Amino acid sequence: MAQVSITVNGKQRTGDVEPRLLLVHFLREQLDLTGTHVGCDTSQCGACTVLVDGRSAKSCTIFAVQADGSEVTTIEGLADGDNLHPLQDGFWEEHGLQCGYCTPGMILSAVTLLEDNPSPSEEQIREGLDGNFCRCTGYQHIVNAVQNAAAGRA
Amino acid sequence: MAAPVLPKLVGQRVKRREDPRLIQGLGTYVDDVKIVGLRHAAFKRSDVAHGRIRSIDTAAAEAMDGVEAVFTGAQIAEFLDPMPIGTPFPSPEHRAVATDVVRYVGEPVAVVVAAGRYAARDAADAIVVDYDTRPAVVDPEVAMTGHPTVIHADFDNNLAVPLVPSGTGVSPDGKTVDDTAVDRAFADADVVVSQRMVNQRLAPTAMEPRGVVAHYERGKDTMTIWSSTQNPHILRTFIALLNGMGEDQVRAIAPEVGGGFGAKINIYGEEYVVASLSRRLGLPLKWTEDRSEAFLATIHGRDIIGYIDVAATRDGKVLGLKLRLIADVGAYNMLLTAAIPTLTMLMANATYDIPAIRTTLTEVFTNKTPTDAYRGAGRPEATYFVERGMDMLARRLGMDPAELRRRNFIPADRFPYATQMGAVYDSGDYAKALDRALANAGWRELQRQRDAARAEGRLVGLGLAMYVEVCGLGPSASLPTGGWEHAQVTIERDGRISATTGASPHGQGNETTFAQMLADQFGVPLEHVRILHGDTGVVKQGIGTFGSRSQAVGGTALHLAGTKVREKMAKFAAALLEAHEEDLVFEDGRISVQGAPDAGKTFAEVAAYAYVPVPLPAGLDPGLSEEAFFEPANNTYPFGCHISMVEVDRDTGELALLRLVAVDDAGNLINPLIVEGQIHGGLAQGIGQAMIEEVRYGADGQPLTGSFMDYAIPRAADLPRFELDATVTPTPVNPLGAKGVGEAGTLGSTPCIVSAAVDALSGFGVTHIDMMLRPEKLWRIIHGGQA
Repeated sequence: MAQVSITVNGKQRTGDVEPRLLLVHFLREQLDLTGTHVGCDTSQCGACTVLVDGRSAKSCTIFAVQADGSEVTTIEGLADGDNLHPLQDGFWEEHGLQCGYCTPGMILSAVTLLEDNPSPSEEQIREGLDGNFCRCTGYQHIVNAVQNAAAGRA
Repeated sequence: MAAPVLPKLVGQRVKRREDPRLIQGLGTYVDDVKIVGLRHAAFKRSDVAHGRIRSIDTAAAEAMDGVEAVFTGAQIAEFLDPMPIGTPFPSPEHRAVATDVVRYVGEPVAVVVAAGRYAARDAADAIVVDYDTRPAVVDPEVAMTGHPTVIHADFDNNLAVPLVPSGTGVSPDGKTVDDTAVDRAFADADVVVSQRMVNQRLAPTAMEPRGVVAHYERGKDTMTIWSSTQNPHILRTFIALLNGMGEDQVRAIAPEVGGGFGAKINIYGEEYVVASLSRRLGLPLKWTEDRSEAFLATIHGRDIIGYIDVAATRDGKVLGLKLRLIADVGAYNMLLTAAIPTLTMLMANATYDIPAIRTTLTEVFTNKTPTDAYRGAGRPEATYFVERGMDMLARRLGMDPAELRRRNFIPADRFPYATQMGAVYDSGDYAKALDRALANAGWRELQRQRDAARAEGRLVGLGLAMYVEVCGLGPSASLPTGGWEHAQVTIERDGRISATTGASPHGQGNETTFAQMLADQFGVPLEHVRILHGDTGVVKQGIGTFGSRSQAVGGTALHLAGTKVREKMAKFAAALLEAHEEDLVFEDGRISVQGAPDAGKTFAEVAAYAYVPVPLPAGLDPGLSEEAFFEPANNTYPFGCHISMVEVDRDTGELALLRLVAVDDAGNLINPLIVEGQIHGGLAQGIGQAMIEEVRYGADGQPLTGSFMDYAIPRAADLPRFELDATVTPTPVNPLGAKGVGEAGTLGSTPCIVSAAVDALSGFGVTHIDMMLRPEKLWRIIHGGQA
């Protein structure tokens, strides 16, 4: 067992973990932050995306021990109190989700996308979300949601 | 008189009420469920496609830290009966965990119960199974010969369902077949086009894999089972049945469900095993499917071969159609496996007035994962075969594919229309949908653009397809579970409305659309209506969400229950207001006399009176809660037209989808925003099938597409911006006039894209290309002559 100390959604969290424990399982099972989902086991689908030190990352591809000392933001920590993040608003406004399973990861990937490029074209949004699968929406309303958030920030 | 302050919501693009929790990570999916003392299950699965289990060594697994129990199939069989199916077809014994012979890679052979997820998986990996392997068969047309292997001893030549005829001249019991009309049609034809087509095997791939938590409580002798299911009430029935419990003792909960697409209709072996082990061990138990496991253990869809022949006059009137179907159902019959391909037969009439049709269906066992319902479930297959046949006919005749369709449509004045296949189409105006799609796409201009591109040497093609599907499933005669839906509407003491629905959603937004309906019905704010679903402890009865039935059947049940409550509430209000109930209006949160809005009572005041009814009006019981079952008299038959434009890269064979124009007619729409989302999702899955998705097996039965590394589902950049529109032809089958839309997108998209690809490559002499349209296949068509 190894001890890790990770700042999650602004709070210092510690835990004893097996070295092989994935960050996503640390978040879900030890910290009860179940908003981060697992949709595959080969790092393709992006359902587990969180922010590690401010950048989107697939938490199924990182061991908890690798995140030791990092700052992690999950979907539960994205809103500012009762004020939704512009991307959360955008997804709601534009019907950017159906079953909601991919949504936390999709939103957190889009956070980094918009930080890197505050006014992306539709093509850039589609390319930028390449690492996040959605089986429900056909992506069009997700693109609209990201555009909505980008317009709101501009 | 002033207009109501509260706008009518039905027909409006209302934002979803589900979303605030889901966008904040506050939804609870099955794997999020935690119970004190929860243990984890993991399954050891066969890694051979066909073989007899010689031995299973569980000693190493049992000795591992955290492992509490290991059960082999033989041990499970001591207390768990074989899995039931939901169709009347003969079916081989199917154990949740194999006892003797394994018949596909992924079939469970043992199960581990351990303290943690990782420990359970480690232990499953430590189980050693020794097999006498047998030859495997993966091609259904080979399997039909009975060689090289017979998968189930009582099913000669691997025939799950021996040839079943349907259509013109076939008696209702299928026993007598008169081919006279079909033979005459083909004898009289100027032209016949014939083609073998494959509608390939797909993985449904909901983003949330399956999962189940079972909690048997010994003190109460009750079982609670959480499952990622589309139909908790059906799950309850089967879990009770196989555990020897009453339905009153079992509570099934579908919490947030992360997509289903038909694959979560089934009651799976893992659900039976986890439930029975929870009861046997007296522990709460969880199993969560891995994605790689899902590719093996969750049902697949489609996988049907169609031999189609279309007979026509030289001016394009279709005289007759033959469709010989061979369905590869995999290794076992699951809940509805055997019934799905019969829907392909049912819809062979498509949108056309065809005088003579003969279909036959043979279902074949192979050493693959079982098939069952996947979004569209039999109807996309029918649409694909017939529409590709029509496209080939148009090409043969040198006729515009739109014009060929128009010459053969069932006219709008012929509804209800009894088809050759035994369906009665409720309503339709196919020419209207076609005309709208042609206008929206700019068909003539697209043809000009295509021709101009070709003149530059580019490989651009256009495709068009019509579809009609059977939805709103369905009268009880057509479903073994019953085809009704149930709802209960309660006006609470404070005037809030709680309503339950048996239509258990998994992304469809019923909490919003159903609330829109009730808010309008009672003239109250949307926020005062709560829709409850997905819990048999809360929702008295139900069937579930599949076959595009939520709105048409579940929505109607809700409307009927709401109507009953409204009538009763009007009686209470009439007593309070000393008015006639027929003079009352429900508007802006008040119930008042028509024309005198000030002389009314608030909705909450009338509700409070109904629960403390002093005095009690004559003939009324206290309270405001009514339920309704709705049994539809027929299915609904939504339809539409899809048009696509594609370009094939001459150097790489890559196919790009440039445009997709869809006109869908689902009858009356409650929430067009949600409807668009449903169509988008269906289109994406249809486009996936046409272009990039295919479950593949090696000749030895080994899956070649066992993860997202090998099985492609569409990503954002694979898809264009869809161009949607709707025509509205209400159904007379239900009072809402709503037909259903969940599956529509999967129907028109595949044939219109394949036809566009064939059009793009027509210069190379190709008349048909089987899906999926992977670059290598197209490159070979382009370069085959030169290679």
